[in-house]
Amino acid sequence: MLFPDPAPPELAQALDLGGYPWKSVGDEVAADGDEPPDGWAGAIVCADANPEAAFAICRAVRKRDLPLEPLLLLISGAQLGDLELRDDLFDDFMLTPFHPRELEARVKHLFWRTGRGTRPELIEYGELILNLETYQAAISGHPIDLTYMEYELLKFLASHPGKVFTRETLLSRVWGYEYYGGARTVDVHVRRLRAKLGEEHANLIQTVRSVGYSFGQSRWSI
Amino acid sequence: MGARFPTLAAWHDVAMEPTPMERQQDYVLRTVEERGVRLVRLWFTDVLGQLKSFAISPAELENAFQEGMHFDGSAIDGFSRVQESDVLARPDPNSFEILPWAGEGGTSARMFCDIETLDGNPFEGDPRGVLRRGLDKARASGYSFFVAPEMEFFYFADNDPSHAPVPLDTGSYFDLTTADVAGDIRKRTIAMLESMGIPVEYSFHEDSPSQHEIDLRYTDALSMADNVMTFRLVVREIAMEQGAYATFMPKPLSGMQGSGMHTHLSLFTDDTNAFHDLDDPYKLSATGRAFIAGLLHHAHEITAVTNQLVNSYKRLIAGYEAPVYVSWARNNRSALVRVPITKAGKASSTRIEYRAPDPACNPYLSFAVMLAAGMAGIERGYELPAESAANVFEMTDQERAAAGLHPLPQSLAEALDAMEGSELVAEALGDHIFEWFLRNKRSEWNDYKAHVSQFELDRYLPNW
Repeated sequence: MLFPDPAPPELAQALDLGGYPWKSVGDEVAADGDEPPDGWAGAIVCADANPEAAFAICRAVRKRDLPLEPLLLLISGAQLGDLELRDDLFDDFMLTPFHPRELEARVKHLFWRTGRGTRPELIEYGELILNLETYQAAISGHPIDLTYMEYELLKFLASHPGKVFTRETLLSRVWGYEYYGGARTVDVHVRRLRAKLGEEHANLIQTVRSVGYSFGQSRWSI
Repeated sequence: MGARFPTLAAWHDVAMEPTPMERQQDYVLRTVEERGVRLVRLWFTDVLGQLKSFAISPAELENAFQEGMHFDGSAIDGFSRVQESDVLARPDPNSFEILPWAGEGGTSARMFCDIETLDGNPFEGDPRGVLRRGLDKARASGYSFFVAPEMEFFYFADNDPSHAPVPLDTGSYFDLTTADVAGDIRKRTIAMLESMGIPVEYSFHEDSPSQHEIDLRYTDALSMADNVMTFRLVVREIAMEQGAYATFMPKPLSGMQGSGMHTHLSLFTDDTNAFHDLDDPYKLSATGRAFIAGLLHHAHEITAVTNQLVNSYKRLIAGYEAPVYVSWARNNRSALVRVPITKAGKASSTRIEYRAPDPACNPYLSFAVMLAAGMAGIERGYELPAESAANVFEMTDQERAAAGLHPLPQSLAEALDAMEGSELVAEALGDHIFEWFLRNKRSEWNDYKAHVSQFELDRYLPNW
């Protein structure tokens, strides 16, 4: 679970690159309503823009019968004083701007300390399996051979089932901001991915007319 | 106060983020390990467009990424002069694919390579480098170049040149009868292309016996040139598996259609199709018109590259679907440049079709000279002549001359003459390839000229 909604882009990108699926929530209501059936695995709350709302959501998820943990708090240097008397609201904190490597190391350690394992090793959707440790993809038990960018695109889409992404978003999140090349790059790679998924599974990636692309269906809907 | 807290810049010495290139290389190394790849084939293309390959073991792969692999360029036609014979092949991790056919020693994979000199500069004899340079130049003007070729080819029983080619069937255009035995081979070919990330737009049986067409879906020109190289190999491999022979020879059967490689071209600035203008009756922008004008203006000069065999010019004759005159039109298939009518509202699919190339060309060099000709039109603001509405084949010579219609080169020799005087082609190919190509092709023409053909024996021996 990430706060706020929308998630800060550098935070979203760091988690995507680390292979952590996430969903951003804007308030306590969404934190309950959008929770997946097997519960949130952890939370990152970014408090530097709107501290009041951020601490409110921390309180809400920590007051549950089973408090949500681990919870990593991101604050600016000027907010260090705000941590006083709030030790129960978070498991660890980090200053913004953060370094992506530090974030990854802290998240990994927090998951280890709370016995949650390191990170999701598999993304599964229907017959599709992506092994994030080995970069391998398989559908119906058969390996599909992907190039690096095809793999990254599929990993990104499959981490956010049901969510519609514009080509621009996919370009910046999957290819990175420094990438030169228009949104056609996305179309080309989607078409290549569909070709490799084969006729039967090509429709896992849907074209959303005049918007962009989405993958499968949301686990949060229905 | 800010000074008490570390800035982002100070964190950079904590750990360097891997570059995108390093991530891609890491991905390839990991996949090779996971999939038990036994051989990695490093692919590159010589000046004439023949695919070359050498294999390395997975253990050598990391070094190949970091240092490149040495090889002797002079061993390969057109690659190097003797005095600079050692070159480096640097694999492009973005082109890594597991090969879907079984190799002799288990799973193998391939990567296309860029060729460098030992001091790390792009090697000027590398066709892939020629296309890269052209694309970089267009990019500096804000354009990305997309292409989609229509690949035509024949299936024959074998490749024995001592008898006339034997077609596998007698089906014709869009035929769906059982006579289309080669259709099965084509279907397997398409499945394999798609599994290798080469999407196919359409495919069908062409006009002539055993002639087939597979249209590839557009992509950036560099990936497409790689795709064309892979395509020719896959088509051949699958045919061979089935005991047949596939050929990209431009005109294997006299009196029948030849095989072309009509190439759809478009330029994009960011996400906008630079050829599209909704308000124009042709839906063509000023940029699109200038690009066509450039192609027409330089068509003679680039023909030796897009049609590089003696045999290519037996396809470019009147009476078939091949272009003969330098002209453009919306829906006239005898024109050299066609502007396909796009579906309403599909701005992104506005494109032009250059119909001269044949599938025996070097795709890297052909895309590079087409781009150079079109870009010259944009940069120098060439005026687009009027559309040639009528079928140019039905006009008389005088009518054609009055309409300013000139024929394309009639032979390889004519094409080489036009190329030799072309600054545009010399600039696009670079001196090294330009000179080597002319030398090599002049020698091919001289061999042909010295040959006494069956035609001459049949025609002259009984009477003279």
